[in-house]
Amino acid sequence: MLLELFWAFFQIGAMSIGGGYAALPLIRSQVVDIHGWLTMTEFTDLITIAEMTPGPIAINGATFVGTQISGLAGAVVATAGCVLPSSLIVLTLAWLYNRFRNLTVIQGILSGLRPAVVALIASAGLSILMTALWGSSSPADWLGDFQIIPCLLFAAALAALRKFKLSPIAVMLGCGALGVGLHLCGLM
Amino acid sequence: MKKDFKLYWTLFSSTFFLSAFTFGGGYVIVPLMKKKFSDELHWIEEKEILDLTAIAQSSPGPIAVNAAILIGQRIGGMPGALLSVLGAVLPPLIIISVISSAYAAFRDNAVVSACLKGMQSGVAAVIADVVFGLGGKIVKSKSAFQIGLMIAAFIATWFFGVNVVFIILFCGVLSAAKTLYAGRKGGRDHAA
Repeated sequence: MLLELFWAFFQIGAMSIGGGYAALPLIRSQVVDIHGWLTMTEFTDLITIAEMTPGPIAINGATFVGTQISGLAGAVVATAGCVLPSSLIVLTLAWLYNRFRNLTVIQGILSGLRPAVVALIASAGLSILMTALWGSSSPADWLGDFQIIPCLLFAAALAALRKFKLSPIAVMLGCGALGVGLHLCGLM
Repeated sequence: MKKDFKLYWTLFSSTFFLSAFTFGGGYVIVPLMKKKFSDELHWIEEKEILDLTAIAQSSPGPIAVNAAILIGQRIGGMPGALLSVLGAVLPPLIIISVISSAYAAFRDNAVVSACLKGMQSGVAAVIADVVFGLGGKIVKSKSAFQIGLMIAAFIATWFFGVNVVFIILFCGVLSAAKTLYAGRKGGRDHAA
């Protein structure tokens, strides 16, 4: 059973290129369709939890399914399976990077990849901002319920980071605490 | 850099805490790592973080875990890589194990969701801060090629939802072609 669990998540880890939501259909096919470890409802709950908690969705899924099937051992085995293939691939690429990064061609390629990475981070940030301010990242809902309090919170957090150079983790914790405070005052 | 216990401990505890705060997908950990390892500890160059992110993105598996492995390996070799995987994986493992038994109560708790809602704004601000910093540098480089790539990549992913793997591949091929072309031209000028 543990071996099956390991192998299922090994495949998920090896095939989910692009991270995050790219892994969802793979997790579904392994966990719901092939092995029947979770029902579709449980799978939906898993997505909800994964969205609410930190950490990569594939790791969250591995832990969730592993725990349901055989407790802590299951969680550890599934997580290990999920992480192993990408670790090996990534370390190989790191080795190649360290060896060849001073070549002119590689330098050229990397100088073109950096702007692309910045753009990808910007896009991910924008969709999180949309979700925070409008409760949805789809443009169709932009005119819907714009929320002023998250917007003020965002502006305050940005000011704290840029002007006062506060640590990101302090800023996030502060925002969470303010969220709870505002909720208790009936504002959020 | 001395590879002593303190270095490994800082590496592990940093990845652990950063991973505990990566709500909302793998890219969130990249700005956090840049702030911690590049701006604060000066262990690694900002450019290199972006290179490693491109590698993490193009490999299978969770981006956050891949990025942690790469940075751990860069800083502390093999033991560093192992420690940072552990650091990246433990927080979700612990948190999910704890709440998977009581997830309905957790999901419907208004205080929890208010806290998460607040943190969402904070996460967005952290990413915005880093994007302004990195994007500003690219704009200041005054390289039309780099600025153009940045804008094109943003449009492709945000408006057209193009798969990020294709974007990375395309930018890589384009830059390789440009470098080879410039190299050949440069070589000819030199010969003449």
